[in-house]
Amino acid sequence: MPSKRQMKKLGSEHLQRIIDLCKSVEDRGLDPFIVDVDDIIAVVRKYFPVWGLPEELCLDAEAIHRLASVIKLQSDWVKHQSTSLYTDPFLLEDKIRRLDKRELANLFLKTWHSIVELEQISPYSLAGAIKYWEGLLPMSERWQRPSPLEREIGSATREDMIRERILTDKAFSEELENFWEELKQRVGEEGRIRYWDFIGAGTYPETIRRAYMTSFLVTYGYATLEVYRLEDEIFIKPFEKPVSLQAEEQLVSIPVSVSFEEWMRWKKGEQD
Amino acid sequence: MEEGRTGLRKKAYYTRQIKRATHLLFYRHHRKPGVKGWELKRKLGSDYPKVLNVLDRHLENLDLQVKTVFEGEKPAEKPTLEQLDRARFYITLRGELTPKETKMMGWRIDDIAGLATSISYIISKKGKASREEVEELLRNKLPGWRVGTNIDRYIRYGYLAEDENKQLFLDWRTRAEIDQKALVDLLLGTESEEKSIG
Repeated sequence: MPSKRQMKKLGSEHLQRIIDLCKSVEDRGLDPFIVDVDDIIAVVRKYFPVWGLPEELCLDAEAIHRLASVIKLQSDWVKHQSTSLYTDPFLLEDKIRRLDKRELANLFLKTWHSIVELEQISPYSLAGAIKYWEGLLPMSERWQRPSPLEREIGSATREDMIRERILTDKAFSEELENFWEELKQRVGEEGRIRYWDFIGAGTYPETIRRAYMTSFLVTYGYATLEVYRLEDEIFIKPFEKPVSLQAEEQLVSIPVSVSFEEWMRWKKGEQD
Repeated sequence: MEEGRTGLRKKAYYTRQIKRATHLLFYRHHRKPGVKGWELKRKLGSDYPKVLNVLDRHLENLDLQVKTVFEGEKPAEKPTLEQLDRARFYITLRGELTPKETKMMGWRIDDIAGLATSISYIISKKGKASREEVEELLRNKLPGWRVGTNIDRYIRYGYLAEDENKQLFLDWRTRAEIDQKALVDLLLGTESEEKSIG
């Protein structure tokens, strides 16, 4: 017969295991029916008489609380099974996999009734605007001190790029012309290519080199960028002949982030 | 004579209330669109469900509707006033959008297919699925590098929500805009067509 102290030790270990099990079912979306409620109730009941200290009773209460959450999940599961929305996930998954994206989109459009709304100044947006305004530095201060971000970005000359071995010492214009030719060949009939599909390369330094060269293609009028902000898409479109930029035309800088994470994401997508 | 006058007064009253309801429902007053039942009750009076019914009939000609989204499950029978007070009301499209129209709204076929896939998969998983699983499924439809970006976009728009354990749920916009049952039925319906052909 174990002593009371041993019982307490064993009991708290059991309760902790129950809490962990219930928590993992809740957090990781596991099948709630892997938890045998009757067994757990029996364990909790068995050790309840030995608890005396507040922390022991708290542990007991937490185990019950977690178990209640799992029972709720089980109840939701049963409810879902009995509703008209229940369907075999494997069947649906198979169906989704087999439909091509156009069919899937057309089918979805039959069930999509988008919200109609007019946006205007609301107390919420007004509060946001006031908060922004209050945090804004006066123009005189902003112009005096360049922001830290600007200092961090800095700039790289062609010489810097050669020193970093990102660019070769080949005549720059020749290199740019070759790059332009490559772009023209890769755009195909559509006449444009996704920015990342063009600059993306096997290594990150090569991707940076291509992004750098692309920026020159655009700046010198060899190509232009088509930016679709709503769709998060940028296309690059070559011109047949370089276009001279008119002095009176307002030039716009388009910052494009080419971070290592984005490159990794693109590369993973390419492999898939 | 008196009856006619009462009728006119009633008509004028409902005309005024419909205008007020239109303003309340079309303009966004909070961070999210839509108006709660209790807000409508406060502004339009306790017969606001009737006002909304009349407005809904007017909107039918414009292919729009007043959509009621209940808290939790949609009541099987006629909703009670309490259920209506807690519900949220929106103006939504009554009919269907064409692919061309969605393009004008900034949605590509890829994005719509991705959204359809994510929502129907989450429905089939009892309203909760891990982000990893949804991403894996989306890689079938979208270029891999767009998958994460698209899911983030669906979350930003309120179609999906994500918790700290990377579990995805259906969010308020899906409940307001998508006829979930019809979506599942359509998906499974095409399945049976294929089978019958086969």
